[in-house]
Amino acid sequence: MDLSKALEIATLSDKGMVRSHNEDAVLANAVSGFVVLADGMGGYNAGEVASGMATALLGSELEKSFTEREPFRVEPDGRSWARVVLATEIARANGAIHQAAQSQPQYAGMGTTLVTAVFHNNTVTVAHIGDSRLYRLRGEEFGPITRDHSLLQEQIDSGMITVEQARHSQNKNLVTRALGIDPAVEPEIHDHAVLPGDIYLLCSDGLNDMVEDEEIAMTLQALAANLELCATQLVQMANDNGGRDNVSVILVRVREAFAAPSRGGWWARLLAWFK
Amino acid sequence: MSKIILSMDTMVLKEIPLTKERITIGRKPHNDIQIDNLAISGEHAVVVTILNDSFLEDLESTNGTFVNGQAVKKHFLQNGDVIELGKYRLKYVNEAAPQTATPDFEKTMVLRPDMLRKTADQIENKGLGDTQVGLKTAVHAAVPPPTQAGGVPPAAPAATPPQLAAIQILSGANAGKEMDLTKTLTTLGKPGVQVAVIARRPHGYFITHVEGAQFPVVDGITLEANKPHQLKDHDIVELAGIKMEFFFKV
Repeated sequence: MDLSKALEIATLSDKGMVRSHNEDAVLANAVSGFVVLADGMGGYNAGEVASGMATALLGSELEKSFTEREPFRVEPDGRSWARVVLATEIARANGAIHQAAQSQPQYAGMGTTLVTAVFHNNTVTVAHIGDSRLYRLRGEEFGPITRDHSLLQEQIDSGMITVEQARHSQNKNLVTRALGIDPAVEPEIHDHAVLPGDIYLLCSDGLNDMVEDEEIAMTLQALAANLELCATQLVQMANDNGGRDNVSVILVRVREAFAAPSRGGWWARLLAWFK
Repeated sequence: MSKIILSMDTMVLKEIPLTKERITIGRKPHNDIQIDNLAISGEHAVVVTILNDSFLEDLESTNGTFVNGQAVKKHFLQNGDVIELGKYRLKYVNEAAPQTATPDFEKTMVLRPDMLRKTADQIENKGLGDTQVGLKTAVHAAVPPPTQAGGVPPAAPAATPPQLAAIQILSGANAGKEMDLTKTLTTLGKPGVQVAVIARRPHGYFITHVEGAQFPVVDGITLEANKPHQLKDHDIVELAGIKMEFFFKV
């Protein structure tokens, strides 16, 4: 199913104002309806290698899997194909990055965060690891859909510090999960209903550490009609506020509903017969 | 590395690096920072340090714990905070404060469960006998239960905004109306027909075309797609058939 009509996508990645390298990587596939964002970490240029491997591997494998079988199909165990593929391919990408880090000394200790969203049948399946986020703007309502795997989030959850205090914490950028660090990793995978008009924002911490959520929401609302400009504006705001980290954004606007074609209908069967 | 500088009457008595997860302050000799003065309770307060962040907690002391003149139960310490106990002053210094931090400090790192466990292990008999403790348990066990939140730390310094500007509408039904450009983004025009946005940035105001077949005209020059144009004082903007003037406020 070609989703490029239902989804409008803009991506932008920038090294920011301070760093010499861009260790973030972004990938979008409008036809298959998925996006991937990774924020790499590790010495020298190893961070770029890890995030680049993550997006490249997921980009090709997800496309292949979703061409063979549509992501909304349900497996015998009740899970959607999207979930099965995400779990399998993330595990495989983790293995590949971990293997590279183990076998080549210059890549030792490299890893990457990951946030990926697969759109299918009026649903988005989101998998994430680490502190890269997915936000949703629906009407006036704006907020993160993912919950960071970070020390700070755990401190907030346990009631040690408030969200307000967390903004001034010195313990930013400490993630508790990452792709490629250990032989196995557990991604968090959830499904969310999608409505026409929704705007989804995937970003690295270089955006949400530098720009307040209210400012991000305002920008999405003001510039929804021009996603390219909206992405540029978000990166510019992060850089105007100091740009201390790489900044990456992926924006996905839902133009129209994209329900799965009903399976048993005579029309679907007729169409299938003609194919 | 953060530390606490103990002083009395402007005389520095001691410097204590915060290398331990829990540093206790009190009159009794078993405290890490012993202050032998009757105004200080036996177990007066504790400073809990988790990596780069430190928290001060009053241990139900008789005379209370003050930070920058305010009585606190629990407080998230910020660089430069002064803790007052009776006549004694303890200054909290965190050298990794954001203003002086190196760019490397912003780098994302993975927190391995054993990193915290190491610091947690420094506390004796805190119920961490099981070596399999994951990160979560380590954090919970190492930290006293939250009491009330301390004073809210001051907001981070924002980028200095440019001189305030405004636009005045010169033609159409709203002619004469003035609008201050206080927000980061101000959209102008009719959605679906023609929209432009003015972005307020540290070094000035920039106008960009957002949607519509027609592009805004600034001082007789038509804007290009997705190319921001910096506005000068008294520029005339034409948008959706309406003329308006941009100017800086005095």
